[in-house]
Amino acid sequence: MDAVTRLHRQLVDYSNSLFQEGILDNQFGHLQQLQDESNPDFVAEVVNLYFKDSERLLNEITVALDQQNVDFTKVGGHVHQLKGSSSSIGAQRVNNVCTAFRSFCEEKNIEGCQQYLQHLKQEYYLVKNKLQTLFQLQQQLLSAGGSIPAYEMR
Amino acid sequence: MGGSMKAPEKEILGTKMNHRHRPKITALVVDDNMVVRAIHHRLLQDLGIENQVAVNGKEAVDVHSSGQYFDLILMDMDMPVMNGIEATRKLRAMGIRSTIAGISSRSLEREKQEFMEAGLDDYHEKPLTADKIVSILHKISNHSG
Repeated sequence: MDAVTRLHRQLVDYSNSLFQEGILDNQFGHLQQLQDESNPDFVAEVVNLYFKDSERLLNEITVALDQQNVDFTKVGGHVHQLKGSSSSIGAQRVNNVCTAFRSFCEEKNIEGCQQYLQHLKQEYYLVKNKLQTLFQLQQQLLSAGGSIPAYEMR
Repeated sequence: MGGSMKAPEKEILGTKMNHRHRPKITALVVDDNMVVRAIHHRLLQDLGIENQVAVNGKEAVDVHSSGQYFDLILMDMDMPVMNGIEATRKLRAMGIRSTIAGISSRSLEREKQEFMEAGLDDYHEKPLTADKIVSILHKISNHSG
């Protein structure tokens, strides 16, 4: 098996696993379809924006929950933002944790919020790690002379 | 095989636009989330729709006060400074008759109702897709007839 075939298969298998594990959903596929010759780095650009924005929000949430008098509306606002961007890039599990977290904010449940912040961080860093690996595999395939396979909608 | 195969809805849109020989549709994306703005901007661009972005309701109102007009406005609900509900009310009060579609990640019927009553022509839940935009665009055609 030549390098391109091997790398191609590796990429397809890895990509499929992310969808099967529910880490990514169809929305990520929609983003891949928006990438073309005139916008060759669209997905990476948006995802990097997502990383930057999410880490800012996670930091704001951490600081807000650390206050003497927690402003649950403020925390809920940040979680809502993170939910919005997570759903827009297809980070399904992060999106789901945000939904549950938002309920705790509405209930002003500090223990629930703190527990879910940890949960949220776990899911966020997981999807970040997975996406960075995906981009690396794509780069390896491109460097070997292959092309990124088209996304098939599920 | 690259990622640039045209989805069916884009071909339908292209055909529709050619047959009617209409000028390019223009749109305004109003959302405080930069990830969402980037995606909606590209989605519209990919459908051949010229578009600008605004980061909150106040910016959306200001851009209209300066005399600009858009066929379509994609309005997020929750935004700082001025939210989507207030911005929609203000735009309608200014006599703006653009097609305004509320785009939100809220799903309570009550919240949707309040947003609709502010003057929306359509409402969709996030995330936005090409399919949803095409269905909104049919409303523009019905408007101007």
